Amino acid sequence: MEIDSVFYTDRSGVPSNLLLDQLPSYQSLLYRRKPAASGSTKRRSISRSRAGSSNSVKSGQTTLARQYEEKQRSPTLQRAIRELPKTMAEKRRDKAERLEQDRDLSGWSQWRQSTRRSLRRMKEDSLELLRNLELWRGDIHVIEGMFGTGILSYFSFLRFLVLLNFVMFLLMFCFVILPIVVAPHASGNATFHPADESVCSRYPSTTRRGLVLFQQHITDLLSGEGFLEQTYLFYGYYKVQAIHFSLITYNLPLAYLLVTIAYLFLSLIWIVKRSTTGFKRNLVQDEDRFQSFCNKIFAGWDFCIVNENAARLKRSSLQYELKTDLEEERIKQKIAHRTRREKCRIYAIRLLLNVFVIAVLAACFYAIYMATNFSQKVQTTKVNFALDLIYEYLPSIVITVANFITPLMFSLIIQYEDYSPAFEIRFTLMRCVFMRLTSICVLLVSLWGQITSCNDGCVCGYDHVLYPCWESRVGQEMYKLMIFDFLIIGAVTVFVEFPRKLIVNYCNCGLAKWWGQQEFAIPNNVLEIVYGQTICWIGTFYCPLLPAICTIKYFIIFYIKKVSLVNNCRPATRPFRASSSNFFFLAVLLIGLTLACIPVAVSIAQIHCSQACGPFVNYNTTWEVLPRTVDTLPAGARSFLLAISSEACAVSFFVITCLAMFYVIALAGAHKRVINQLREQLAMEGRDKRFLIQKLCQAQSSCAVRSRISAPQPRSRSSGSGTPSYRSNSGVFLVQPPPDSATQV
Amino acid sequence: MGTTASQLGKDLLSEYQELTFLTKQEILLAHKRFSELLAKEERSLPSPRVPMEKILSLPELKSNPFKKRICHVFSTSDPKDGSLTFEDFLDLLSAFSDSATLEIKSHYAFRIFDFDDDGTLDGRDLEKLVNCLTGETEDTRLTSEEMRQLIGNILEESDIDKDGTVNLSEFQHVISRSPDFVSSFKIVL
Repeated sequence: MEIDSVFYTDRSGVPSNLLLDQLPSYQSLLYRRKPAASGSTKRRSISRSRAGSSNSVKSGQTTLARQYEEKQRSPTLQRAIRELPKTMAEKRRDKAERLEQDRDLSGWSQWRQSTRRSLRRMKEDSLELLRNLELWRGDIHVIEGMFGTGILSYFSFLRFLVLLNFVMFLLMFCFVILPIVVAPHASGNATFHPADESVCSRYPSTTRRGLVLFQQHITDLLSGEGFLEQTYLFYGYYKVQAIHFSLITYNLPLAYLLVTIAYLFLSLIWIVKRSTTGFKRNLVQDEDRFQSFCNKIFAGWDFCIVNENAARLKRSSLQYELKTDLEEERIKQKIAHRTRREKCRIYAIRLLLNVFVIAVLAACFYAIYMATNFSQKVQTTKVNFALDLIYEYLPSIVITVANFITPLMFSLIIQYEDYSPAFEIRFTLMRCVFMRLTSICVLLVSLWGQITSCNDGCVCGYDHVLYPCWESRVGQEMYKLMIFDFLIIGAVTVFVEFPRKLIVNYCNCGLAKWWGQQEFAIPNNVLEIVYGQTICWIGTFYCPLLPAICTIKYFIIFYIKKVSLVNNCRPATRPFRASSSNFFFLAVLLIGLTLACIPVAVSIAQIHCSQACGPFVNYNTTWEVLPRTVDTLPAGARSFLLAISSEACAVSFFVITCLAMFYVIALAGAHKRVINQLREQLAMEGRDKRFLIQKLCQAQSSCAVRSRISAPQPRSRSSGSGTPSYRSNSGVFLVQPPPDSATQV
Repeated sequence: MGTTASQLGKDLLSEYQELTFLTKQEILLAHKRFSELLAKEERSLPSPRVPMEKILSLPELKSNPFKKRICHVFSTSDPKDGSLTFEDFLDLLSAFSDSATLEIKSHYAFRIFDFDDDGTLDGRDLEKLVNCLTGETEDTRLTSEEMRQLIGNILEESDIDKDGTVNLSEFQHVISRSPDFVSSFKIVL
């Protein structure tokens, strides 16, 4: 783009030609006016002064007081007064004017206006009430003031999970547990499955008999066995077939299955709803650098920071972020200029390192598999208290150790792969997410391997000798994982973070300097809680009270993390942006949900349910409840449901969804193209404008020169047309062009 | 204010509710905090004005690098000294509240960032803005090379008509696609 010497010498200069100031577009852009179809506006009077650049003309102080009065009578399109950027006094005047206008309207419009106002006020009052009931408002406000919005998003994410788990617990409780508990009191009669004599339905009692040592109670509490196994906590206790109330018969197996599907579906919808805004923005905007600088500069400062220390840290982290981003841009340019030989070398290194990463992951998964098998095999032999506990928790221990080592390894490896810094962070994070969430699935797969492999060809479809009630066993494993996860989080905070703070603050040794103060690493913390939530989703089917335990766990974790944050941590040097955080959290949570659905779906549809316990004793697989229930429905409903679930319907639904998706994608692409065209057009219009003004200026200056030679220079205050003119020194101002001027184009 | 020192009248309260984005509780809290800034004898005046130094002593504004600009933008006093009446204060809180629209916030953000009050953000405004963000001392500023690169990037991203400055429309356009703005442009008492 050519540089117009008339206007500025470099890009940062101000084009301070008076003509530009007088253009209607510039004037109207100064302060926002309402959309054209709505009521009156008032322009604030401001005093402007334009500082000149070397080419500019010196303009005096001018007071711009243009009043645009567009009184249009379309009250329905008026915006609420408080959405106008004006002072309180002006807003009051606007409101009085509007009331005046309304008085002239018919009774019907008046009534409509007043109802709209009162509805709005009611809505606001109810929203205010709801906001007061929000959990942890005060705590989150304090955190926001001290650390800014990046870390705040972690805590509001935690609050969201507490609510989600509580709702899941309510679902399970109301539809599965409550009928059983209420049955004797509401004159209901619960029928249990008939005990047949086959070998598969023998379920030896697991409550300990005889003298029970205290340690065994602790073991039972921590591992879900013994006295806990045959309680409401685990699947095996719900051996009810149906509950006959006076009016209806409550089909418990059906309810159990439907509640499972319902809570997974509800979680999906809630997460998607919460993430729609962030998702849209990240999809519509081009990736990487687009607007990242504007976002960091214009939206970079958290206005909610109250703490002086935090403000100082925020400044330094902003400076660090800007410097790294600028450097990243330089690196990208360097990358673009790589030679082919360098590229080959880099790709070879990356391939090698990725193979190494896969090997490490495979080794970890194999370790988990072996640990699970060993732990299951050793279940029957009890040695002593401590060793028993370790064997019980062996899979959890292995998973935790693997999850501790692999991120360190990944962050070490990625430095050799020579990606841009932002991509490095994202890629390492993806690897860690994959590691954490897949380890649960590996655990489950190895567990199922154990359950469905029997010595003598499974007569019941599963190993009924070792696992008379295999669902309860899976539930116990999930329970153990959850307890261990909670203990680890608490232990790390107490035994690692607090000593670290003490060492760093009070000791001057080299260790303190190298270790440094604890940073609140958001990605790792988020992975921790998403891991816990994935366990909850998988485990609720086998352990219906797990969401309640999870709610309490996250509730306590909130306070642990808050205390740790306030006392031990300083904000991260590389700041985590609030918007991208929200999207990242919910994306990882969605991945966790998807990974949780797979084992649950497989076990519902494929694996033979145990015949000694649980609500599905009379069915081959859990899913069979649905077809059998559909068969008992009246003919109309049955044929309707069968028609919906037939292949024809499914295929046509799929095809229609695909078509809709393609249409929407095509629309988005077309919009993007139009946006690009409009941008180019806008830039072109800007150039046209400048070009024309330049020519106009030249014409006028030549005209002024001519007229100066012929007559004294006119210094009229106003010309006849009513366009305001401005005093200036060199006479370059827009008046009505003299009739003999030849505007040379 | 026209009422007793320690309370707002009910109609005044509902009027403020209608004209701002604040809830009743927030308005009352703002009134309480504002009265604490006034000297005792000033509290009975009809619409007292608090000088800028006292406003800047509020903890919410004290650590803000834009505190002086905020006071200037919201002040309705004639000599433009940054002093605020209670209604100016409410306007301030309303623009910074949770429920304010994006348009209001971006409008006022533009005026706050416009250090020379000329209606556009030119290179000098942007440079001052970046220096406010990173810190005023020598070792926290960016080098001039980095500053030039940064301002070039900002203008490339936001200056649509390529005139070297960011005007209000361009600013609002950029802000509307900036995901962090709404959550960061917030002050709650």
